[in-house]
Amino acid sequence: MPVLWLFLIVLAVAILGYLLGRARALSAAPEGRRGLHSLPVYYGANVALKVLVPALGILILWLLVQPFVIDRAVSGTIPDSDIAEGASRGLVMSEVARVADGVKAAVGAGTMPAAMAADPSPDLEAVTQALKDAGQVVTGDVTQTVFAAAQKYNAMAAQGGLYMTILVLLAAAAGCVMGLHEAKPDFRARNVVEKGIRALLIAAASIAILTTVGIVLSLIFNTVEFFRLYPASQFFFSLEWAPSFSGRGGASELGILPLLWGTLYISFVALAVAVPIGLFAAIYLSEYASPRLRAVAKPLLEVLAGIPTIVYGLFALLTVGPLLVSVFGDGGYLGVSWQGGGRAVMTAGLVMGIMLIPFVSSLSDDIINAVPQAMRDGSYGLGATQSETIKQVVLPAALPGIVGAILLAASRAIGETMIVVLGAGAAARLSLNPFEAMTTVTAKIVSQLTGDSDFASPEALVAFALGMSLFVITLGLNVVALAIVRKYREQYD
Amino acid sequence: MSDASMDSTAPRQSRTLLETDARTRRRNAAEKRFRMYGLAAIGIGLFFLIVLAASILRSGLPAFTQTVLSVDFVLTQEQFDKAEGTLFKTKAYEGYFNAALVSQLQSQGLEAEVDAKAAERILGKTGSTIREFYRANPDQLGQEVRFDLSVSSRVDGYFKGRVTRDGFVESRFLMLADLDLVDALTEGGIIRQQFNWNFVTGADSGVDNPGGAGIGASVVGSFFMMLVVLVLSLPIGVAASIYLEEFAPQNRFTDLIEVNISNLAAVPSIVFGILGLAVFIQFMHLPQSAPLVGGLVLTLMTLPTIIISTRASLKAVPPSIRDAALGLGASKMQSVFHHVLPLAAPGILTGTIIGLAQALGETAPLLLIGMVGFVARGYPETFAAGFTDPNSAMPAQIYTWASRADAGFYEKAWGGIIVLLLFLLTMNIIAIILRRRFERRW
Amino acid sequence: MNDMRIIERGTLVNDIKISAKGVQVYYADNHAIKDVDVEIEDKTVTAFIGPSGCGKSTFLRCLNRMNDTIDICRVEGHIAIDGQDIYDPQVDPVQLRAKVGMVFQKPNPFPKSIYDNIAYGPRIHGLARNKAELDEIVEKSLRRGAIWDEVKDRLDAPGTSLSGGQQQRLCIARAVATEPEVLLMDEPCSALDPIATSQVEELIDELRQSFSVVIVTHSMQQAARVSQKTAFFHLGNLVEYGETGKIFTNPEDSRTESYITGRIG
Repeated sequence: MPVLWLFLIVLAVAILGYLLGRARALSAAPEGRRGLHSLPVYYGANVALKVLVPALGILILWLLVQPFVIDRAVSGTIPDSDIAEGASRGLVMSEVARVADGVKAAVGAGTMPAAMAADPSPDLEAVTQALKDAGQVVTGDVTQTVFAAAQKYNAMAAQGGLYMTILVLLAAAAGCVMGLHEAKPDFRARNVVEKGIRALLIAAASIAILTTVGIVLSLIFNTVEFFRLYPASQFFFSLEWAPSFSGRGGASELGILPLLWGTLYISFVALAVAVPIGLFAAIYLSEYASPRLRAVAKPLLEVLAGIPTIVYGLFALLTVGPLLVSVFGDGGYLGVSWQGGGRAVMTAGLVMGIMLIPFVSSLSDDIINAVPQAMRDGSYGLGATQSETIKQVVLPAALPGIVGAILLAASRAIGETMIVVLGAGAAARLSLNPFEAMTTVTAKIVSQLTGDSDFASPEALVAFALGMSLFVITLGLNVVALAIVRKYREQYD
Repeated sequence: MSDASMDSTAPRQSRTLLETDARTRRRNAAEKRFRMYGLAAIGIGLFFLIVLAASILRSGLPAFTQTVLSVDFVLTQEQFDKAEGTLFKTKAYEGYFNAALVSQLQSQGLEAEVDAKAAERILGKTGSTIREFYRANPDQLGQEVRFDLSVSSRVDGYFKGRVTRDGFVESRFLMLADLDLVDALTEGGIIRQQFNWNFVTGADSGVDNPGGAGIGASVVGSFFMMLVVLVLSLPIGVAASIYLEEFAPQNRFTDLIEVNISNLAAVPSIVFGILGLAVFIQFMHLPQSAPLVGGLVLTLMTLPTIIISTRASLKAVPPSIRDAALGLGASKMQSVFHHVLPLAAPGILTGTIIGLAQALGETAPLLLIGMVGFVARGYPETFAAGFTDPNSAMPAQIYTWASRADAGFYEKAWGGIIVLLLFLLTMNIIAIILRRRFERRW
Repeated sequence: MNDMRIIERGTLVNDIKISAKGVQVYYADNHAIKDVDVEIEDKTVTAFIGPSGCGKSTFLRCLNRMNDTIDICRVEGHIAIDGQDIYDPQVDPVQLRAKVGMVFQKPNPFPKSIYDNIAYGPRIHGLARNKAELDEIVEKSLRRGAIWDEVKDRLDAPGTSLSGGQQQRLCIARAVATEPEVLLMDEPCSALDPIATSQVEELIDELRQSFSVVIVTHSMQQAARVSQKTAFFHLGNLVEYGETGKIFTNPEDSRTESYITGRIG
């Protein structure tokens, strides 16, 4: 992996620069350490920073920009006439990228001779066969346009890689020379290094922003692409979810409403389980429990929060689902046949509720504890019992905070994936029966992006529009909830 | 002045305190009920925990045992040559083996018929295993070799209670008569259960072989992913926290970062998967199913958790320490790196371990970057390949097994959960010990 | 250990409302109140004075068993109201506290409306049969809390929107609304400005008409202004108890004198 090697070389230059810089500063000072402005290590660190930061900066920037540039250049070579009916430029480009990767892999695996990979007009059947032999996924036969574009793609990538290597190494060397040149006794090495470290710290803190920007951009771009292929009004208002498996657009019905309904229904069931249990548990733990019981029960409940969601998913699929069927299903204990299969709103909701119990209880516990003791004393002093105090003084005082906690739990429930993927079912349905299988936004994101459909088809792109909706909903809930909780905390600080 | 003047607001007739009136009794009953609700809520929560633990153990523990049939078997050179000369070579080996099986039963004084069909239903196709063994080790010809062969998943299920005699449906996979034979073989000590090392160390098998599936390869995948997460998220998270806690001025940029971090902590994990798919795979063309990509996605997801806990531990270091260092002429940077950071280290480490544990159990983002449905057939060849070669991860492997049609995989999925939970448990215990040992109260 | 100490006092005018004998209070291992004997009269303002941490607030909280809410606190000895032992196992602390109301150092109105703050006690104790009666109780209590005129137009406003002095009078009115027989006040003016303080002190003097009032205070001037009886606590001991005038002009114990003249405290 050349990037890894490049990275290691830069690292080695930096270490070397560090040692040299330190030695040079020491030897340049006639009266030893005392003659230096800063400690010797700072002179070394100055060199190392000057090697690492520009070189790695260029490396990362290049890696980010290169695919973009190549994509544009290659895309420009494909004439409009070669884009098939119903397909888009993006669809063709993803084909090109796949063939380009495939050719590289096939040459590497030895199923395709290097000459064939470089041939401007090869036997396309042989190419397709060679790609298939190398275990590459090829949809249909490779066309001449696509193959030529793929060749250009690979050539540009190789050239870009070469330029990048040269530039990075030059930057590293220049940094090293410059840093060494600066290593003189009156150079304020510490201040410069500290400024550099500070800049790095800021960069690290900005990653949070970059992540958000990355999420928003990747959602927006693909969502816009989706709405180009599929009408937005139909996505938001259609009551039907029926993606076609093979066709490309047209035949599919991709309405979000049935999914949203399933999501909200399951979340509602989950909250109906988690809120009363979590809230009562929090009240008991914070107001009644002896320190000993609290020390045992609180961590035990929180174990439920530390269990991965895949475990809950399996629990729903294999334990709770069959259990519910044996109670509510055909020939069940209740003698009703409400539930057909293990996967149902009830199954997923119940298990998700269990998962959320500690979430609700520990947040509420914190909030209830933040209510000042003076408030309770005031109530006890009037002769109120403990439960009267809790119900009429503590809870009303803690209400905003508890509402915030419940909203956070709701956002958790809406965004939860594994439990619904395994426990809720796959059928999109607008129904009121909680014993029926329904599906959710998150479950469909998974199924649309893990299926066989092409990334550029509306059936796959719809997942980004779903993700966008999910992101907006949960973000809205979180912002409101966090604002409420923060305001509440300030009130009693 | 101290005389009581009787006005209209004089207190009511004094009631006795020694007996509770009806209203107080009612209120006390309400109080008791309310307490019971609280206790019941805790009880229900703990009950769920117990049910969950019980169903994991009950369904998962059998994955760690395996039913094997062991036969001491001698294949002579002539038999070998003869078998290699026939048209259906494996059939010939099967014949030898079944004969050995019968004779071993007889030597124990047990009489049973072993026909080839029944043996195949119980053991699967033994012929090819034996043939491969002798072709690879011709020097073993004529020697006594002990073969431990795992039985078919249905017979295995019979031992683990998945398949029972009542309600047994005969099929071409297993007949009722086979169970009699199995019982006889068990009585003779030929079939027994043993610890399933293959499950712990092995790789995933194909969709048709639940018996041979192991979690080992995906543990390695998870390991490489966690390595990426640790190497990236710890330095970045600590650097970000130091900036926000120690250096950041109160301005809009800082506010923006803070709001971003607290919101990112609550963004659904699947959204991070979408980010990983769009940015790392579609845009940057990093390989699919690679632990490197999984690690990158999980890093972004874990960062907010680590930043939040690191900031809390930095905040816990009293300002007097910083002042002391500054008073001696240290720069702000030196006071932070020489004094504050070492004092906060145990807390940071604890937070990081807990963040890693969360990342280790996370599944949803991995689904989107292709770590699911992929059959991880082996271990990576080199260390560097461990990052980039397609692999699975523990939770993704569990999901893959759970979504396969053969119910034999469910047992593996539960077993995988036990392995996963053991890792999480270990990490959490380390975190707790760290906290207990090194936590400083100021 | 010194049960036989006889406290000198003036002519007995009122009945004894609360009598405490040999009261000991422990916070875990800390002996906070040491063998305190005191008799508190009805329709009198009794002031507890003493330096910080002398146990006066702790003792006050024993009188309505507020110390029950603190896990590590243990009370020994005998405290009786109207001759009934309040630490008797048959006594319900809830019922006791309805009879012995309490006002705290910091005004602590509930985060509810002014009306609901006052109505809270009557509601939980079932003092009103209908809304009209409750309205009447609220108005009467607010008048007795000397705050009616200031809040009568905004009974729906939250209690926390009032000023500090108003909040404290609201809390007093709230305590009065449950019709207690004894009113305990734990430094009720320490968080208030001088004007609010004088309003509350006036109120306390009026309340004496109907209740036995026990007030813990830091301010000796306040004790002199509002109380008829004064008890001086020092290091958990009740050093001296008697007529306020006598304590302030002619204390018997040298420690009391030191405190009053400002040498300790």
